[in-house]
Amino acid sequence: MKSIAKQEVMALNGDEAVAYAAKQSDVDVVAAYPITPQTIIVEKFSEYVANGEVQTEFICTESEHSALTACLAASVTGARTFTASASAGLALMHEMLFVTSGCRAPVVMAIANRALSAPLNIHGDQSDSMAERDSGWIQIYVENAQEVYDSIIQAFRIAEDLNVLLPVIVGLDGFTLSHTLENVKVLVDDVVQRFVGTRQLPDVLTHEGKKVPFKLDPESPMTMGPIALPDYYFEFKRQQEEAMKNALAVIQKVNSEYATVSGRSYGNGLVDVYCLEDAEVAVVCVGSTAGTIKTVVDELRQEGVKAGLLRIRTFRPLPVEEIRRALENVKAVAVMDKSMSFGGNGGAVFHEVRHVLYDAKAHPYVVNYIYGLGGRDTSPQELRAIYEDLQRILQTKRVEKPMQYLGLRE
Amino acid sequence: MTTREKSWKEIAPAGVCSKSSIGFLTGDWKTYMPVRDLEKCTRCLLCVLFCPDGAIRWKPEKGDIEFDYNYCKGCGICANECPTKAITMKLEQE
Repeated sequence: MKSIAKQEVMALNGDEAVAYAAKQSDVDVVAAYPITPQTIIVEKFSEYVANGEVQTEFICTESEHSALTACLAASVTGARTFTASASAGLALMHEMLFVTSGCRAPVVMAIANRALSAPLNIHGDQSDSMAERDSGWIQIYVENAQEVYDSIIQAFRIAEDLNVLLPVIVGLDGFTLSHTLENVKVLVDDVVQRFVGTRQLPDVLTHEGKKVPFKLDPESPMTMGPIALPDYYFEFKRQQEEAMKNALAVIQKVNSEYATVSGRSYGNGLVDVYCLEDAEVAVVCVGSTAGTIKTVVDELRQEGVKAGLLRIRTFRPLPVEEIRRALENVKAVAVMDKSMSFGGNGGAVFHEVRHVLYDAKAHPYVVNYIYGLGGRDTSPQELRAIYEDLQRILQTKRVEKPMQYLGLRE
Repeated sequence: MTTREKSWKEIAPAGVCSKSSIGFLTGDWKTYMPVRDLEKCTRCLLCVLFCPDGAIRWKPEKGDIEFDYNYCKGCGICANECPTKAITMKLEQE
């Protein structure tokens, strides 16, 4: 085993950790537009550019739609490309999200998760990126500033892997992570550069019958992302699904390789399990709330309650096998959603976890809690009450409310 | 189509074109075609610049322009931009 690289502890908030990781990852092009709570990422990175600390081409665009368009254009020439956004900014990118994944451009984007208007709200929830879950981007959600630093570095490796070639969103909870100072262990520049490496390109056959690297280059012209009619469009979409499946293995590989360099790993890269081996009641969540839940689980365990937690780190591609394996022996599961699927009878994470458990041998009770919308705080007491609800379900063998709101005034 | 359509495993990613667009004679889409009055035309070449499809070409050996009806889709921008009104759009079947 390689020895773990030397590291320095820096006081960084989540946004600064993102910018620092991007700075170390040899990014060729950054095109971005600032929006709260992502602003610090763009500010910090433009400082690096202004100070000559990076060789990156930094493009200030007039909108997020243009920012992602510029990133896509840069990415298809073979450049390593990074951007960041949130909320309305991500929503404005909506069209280009599909074009980017369809062009197989491995753009990496940090999303400081924030609520969507109206009413206007700048605080954290996951409505923005959850609404883009079908846009063909890999989605990784982090628990703390350390993880966002590590995940941005990993994201370039994942996105640019030749079996993947898909854009990656790394989601960090707005304010809770984006603006909160933490001690973050950072690797030295050349260790990161060695880890991310140089972007490789597969060979493709062009209309002239030539085998050339998959990039826009005047020396070997090719057309990518043009019109595909009913005779071929479907096949291209099927390729994207295959790339998503391939990403499951690549994310795990990158997570464990990164562990040998840094000493840090996040579960198997797909899911992070906590006290689940013998758990009877478990909570499933995405993002920073997992940190608070772990404290609650520790307390409950001391009281003899068999409580556990499953944090879904990779939401796209959905780690179906890992979720099923983690929860198959649990008797009652509460799934937490920090976004709404209006009229959908539960949030996105709930829908998908319950769909995974349909094929499990034993069917646990599965209930949903919508929480934290618009940045509402979620206390340890409230999280504890979820576990108490689950125990009550097990005692009474009855689910009274399959979907509930946590911390809402009735 | 006489050739078998390819499976998703056989095609390049991102819709990279396997055929040149030269083979697709998009000129058959048109309803109207541009017709030029040689006396009015001053060879200012504005139509060459404005044609969105590059279907009007300057032929230096002839000292004149030429419409490529194989690719002209009959949009009429050339007729609209012509400063001497030398180009008119005529129904193709006439």
